[in-house]
Amino acid sequence: MNHSISLTVNGARRDFVLDDPRVTLLDLLRERLHLTGTKKGCDRGQCGACTILVDGKRINSCLALAISHDGADILTIEGVARGDQLHPVQAAFIAHDGFQCGFCTPGQIMSAIGMMQEAQAGNDPERIRECMSGNLCRCGAYAGIVDAVLDAQGQMDQSNQRRSA
Amino acid sequence: MKPFEYIRPATVAEAVAAAAQPGAAYLAAGTNLLDLMKGGVSRPDRLVDVTHLDGLDAIETLADGSLRIGALVSNADLAHDPAFAKSYPAVAEALLSGASAQLRNAATVGGNLLQRTRCAYFYDTASRCNKREAGSGCDASEGENRTHAVLGWSENCIATHPSDFCVPLVALDAMVEIEGRGGHREIALDELHRLPGDTPARESVLEPGDLIVAVRLPPAAHAFAAHARYLKVRERTSYAFAVVSAAAALRIENGKIAEARLALGGVAAKPWRARAAEDVLRGVAPAADVFQEAARRALTDAKPSGDNAFKIELARRIVVRALTLAAAGTPARMPALPASPFASTTGAIHA
Repeated sequence: MNHSISLTVNGARRDFVLDDPRVTLLDLLRERLHLTGTKKGCDRGQCGACTILVDGKRINSCLALAISHDGADILTIEGVARGDQLHPVQAAFIAHDGFQCGFCTPGQIMSAIGMMQEAQAGNDPERIRECMSGNLCRCGAYAGIVDAVLDAQGQMDQSNQRRSA
Repeated sequence: MKPFEYIRPATVAEAVAAAAQPGAAYLAAGTNLLDLMKGGVSRPDRLVDVTHLDGLDAIETLADGSLRIGALVSNADLAHDPAFAKSYPAVAEALLSGASAQLRNAATVGGNLLQRTRCAYFYDTASRCNKREAGSGCDASEGENRTHAVLGWSENCIATHPSDFCVPLVALDAMVEIEGRGGHREIALDELHRLPGDTPARESVLEPGDLIVAVRLPPAAHAFAAHARYLKVRERTSYAFAVVSAAAALRIENGKIAEARLALGGVAAKPWRARAAEDVLRGVAPAADVFQEAARRALTDAKPSGDNAFKIELARRIVVRALTLAAAGTPARMPALPASPFASTTGAIHA
């Protein structure tokens, strides 16, 4: 039986017909939309490489059935920059060497963006490490990742202060 | 993953009817179920998706002062609800000590209660497991079993229930609201999960079609807010299941414990309420010797199910320390490392 669903992906509405309900959001993004920035690492919710924002919240897209998320608003790594202008978290990862091989990086960045919106960690490195524990980095770039997140958090705080001043 | 029929019911009644069929399973976030389905451990013929049902995602205070948490509230939304975290701090701490931020954003209250064991032999379809396939045997009993049960286990199954959330909930007398073929009913959370006995495949008292719609904390539960902690020892400080955990909650009046609540996690097939330990704490001043006596009573019936005798002594020490931390008072802010014995803000060093 075919199922029709619609999603908003990086700001654009996309309609799909699914001939099998087993398709995850991860596979839909990669195979149907060719948005391959979202990585398939473990495919079991353990590594965080597939992290995306769904309705503003970071989740593991490998453990989410696409059919169950009919109507959802999805943000992937392909949707965070504005044209050639990198998102502050992307720029901070480059500035602080927050990666080596880069495979986990889209998930790390999406997770960091989600974490900042959750506003639980602030600029405390220990809280950042705890709040980012769902993203594994086999290269061990954690020190650079935490520095990048701290930097990006600081820039966002300043920009928010300027806006409210 | 085995093919399945997908059903999205419009009402709770439709959901119950669809899920009462043989081979059907409810789908909420799917953070545990999809993992099990990918591994061939769970093989439902039909998924009944309850995530689009109305009215199951509210946190509300009822007229009698109890708190009703809808089954579809996410673990993160509940833990980060300021009023909830203030009134039930040990529950919030337990939630934030579990899984990862991504999983907590998706995982639901109802799903957390019904998550399956993390026993490696249950997950490995090449192994014998009486829980996965009744009567096949238990490879855990002669296998890697250092994290397995020390209370309430049987020769047929030594698996533990992995939930952190359930541990303080059972300590606080949480109730579970269920919609089923016979209508609405409610049971104590302490009665939801079954010990394995001869039928480890039957993990709860739920009948086909039964849907958990809410968890309720009774009015007395927030009286423990000033002295409530969750403490969890795990193989790494974050994103790991409990080896042993404890929820301790005290109501202290005039320097004495008016009422104590204690439950253990990671030790049995259900969250383990330790009422004998609570009894010894009533009416006495909080002190190391009474906490040690409480710990001794909590583990009186414990016995190793394999290479896990260390968990019994570990559990005693976790109980003493959780009680010590609870007596010292709930911290003003959630610790940076929730429930961690290594957290810098916990105060007590060793039990």
